[in-house]
Amino acid sequence: MAATGQLNAAAARAHLVQPVHLLRAAIIVAVLLVWEGLALSGWLYRDVVPRLEVIAVALWSLLVTPEFYVHLWVTVREIVIGLAIGGLCGLVVGLVLGANRLLARAFEGYLYYLGPTPKIIFFPVMIMWFGVGFGSKIAMAALSCFFPIALSTAAGMRQIDKVLIRVGRSFRLDAWQMTTKIYLPAMRAPIINGLRIGLGVALIGALLAETRLSSQGIGFLVIQTYNVFDMPRMYAILIALFVLAIGANAAIAKLGGLSSTRS
Amino acid sequence: MTPLLRDRILPPALGLGTLVAALAAVEILIRYGVINGFIVPLPSDVAASFGKVFTQEDIVNRFRLTFLEALAAGNMITVVGVLLGLLLYRVPLLRRATETWVAALASAPTVLLYPLFLVIFGRNASTIIMMGFVAGLPPVILKTVEGLSGTRRVLIDVGRSLKLSATQQFVKILLPAALPTIFVGIRLGLIFTLINVVGVEFLINFGGLGQLISDLAERYELSETYAAICFVILVSVMFFIITERIERWLRPGN
Repeated sequence: MAATGQLNAAAARAHLVQPVHLLRAAIIVAVLLVWEGLALSGWLYRDVVPRLEVIAVALWSLLVTPEFYVHLWVTVREIVIGLAIGGLCGLVVGLVLGANRLLARAFEGYLYYLGPTPKIIFFPVMIMWFGVGFGSKIAMAALSCFFPIALSTAAGMRQIDKVLIRVGRSFRLDAWQMTTKIYLPAMRAPIINGLRIGLGVALIGALLAETRLSSQGIGFLVIQTYNVFDMPRMYAILIALFVLAIGANAAIAKLGGLSSTRS
Repeated sequence: MTPLLRDRILPPALGLGTLVAALAAVEILIRYGVINGFIVPLPSDVAASFGKVFTQEDIVNRFRLTFLEALAAGNMITVVGVLLGLLLYRVPLLRRATETWVAALASAPTVLLYPLFLVIFGRNASTIIMMGFVAGLPPVILKTVEGLSGTRRVLIDVGRSLKLSATQQFVKILLPAALPTIFVGIRLGLIFTLINVVGVEFLINFGGLGQLISDLAERYELSETYAAICFVILVSVMFFIITERIERWLRPGN
């Protein structure tokens, strides 16, 4: 038993010092050294590349300030509500298109080609429709995430094993039971995948809208630091934001048992 | 119903018919005051505004500017992305160490870096091009690695048996075999690039089509704003269709 424990510990140590981990550590150290060198060199404008110590202090002061969490809560609320509205609409449209070949051939092309258009250009329209406050940011998040979720759901619906559908029909399930007992459980992977992509684009939609016209939210904080040229704080906000965004993406992927890379 | 009618004519007719019916319904609802005409312009006014947007807003030059910015960023993502992808393919340890980082970068909201790029490059085309570059790079790297790794072993062995040099092996064997997959990455990258170029133009109010929408919205020229948005959508869709056709053409078997 003790010998097994020692072997496991040795294996764990060997796992920790794999060349790939060493290389990762070396790359991170090299990047930080280059950054610090640039900051000290004076080749770039002062504060454009602040010293690492200054960024660390700015990050710490950002994370211990209650104001940051107030703005973060505003952005999170916009994204969650937007994702719920856009996601639900996308799910329903995806289910309808996936279940009906004629409707899919008639309308899916529009979704497919409208999906990759730059959504931020709709922001002036969203302001006119929903005002300059929360509404327009939620609408931007909902509009952004609708397309990937609808397309992913429709594609997932068509990939369901026909046997499962026949089993559901042989049990004489109605449309609601077919959806909740057969379609949705069988489409977990494509729906989670669509949700992941949807979360990413909803985040971008809401944050960009905040940078353009808002008085609260993380996007507003970023553009405020630009306006007052507080570069260490800008780096601090961007670091916090990237960690949160990548973490949320990985969490959804883990929830669905998928790889955390974008497909 | 004949298969031709059912498969080829009915679906597009239904799609187009629904679109026309929806626009007609909006037109009627606005004329009867159900929808506020100060928020949603008459579709007929939007259609009529296309001429004004073309003649008075210098849309051809704006389109040219956006196209050139996207082209510059597109060239950069192609060259840098393929070279970095090749490097990761050639050095498997580096690939294992960094591939997840590249994938994480692909899912990160990099467009939020635009205020930082404004500070570094200033409010000019360089910022827009660099934003397009940063957004479009990760898919090109990932798909290049995927394409090169997917080259059939027998093709590589044929190259070796003919004693090809490393450069010849790349140019004559690896690149042609991986090209369809690499182009998938370039196409994805170009889409992200175009989205970011137009988006940043809109956000910093500088450049081509994005700035046009921003300008028109600030002047509250309602039908012209909607017409400009429709124009940008048309450009995006055309771009998407063209790159999709090229991708299909490059796919093996075509």
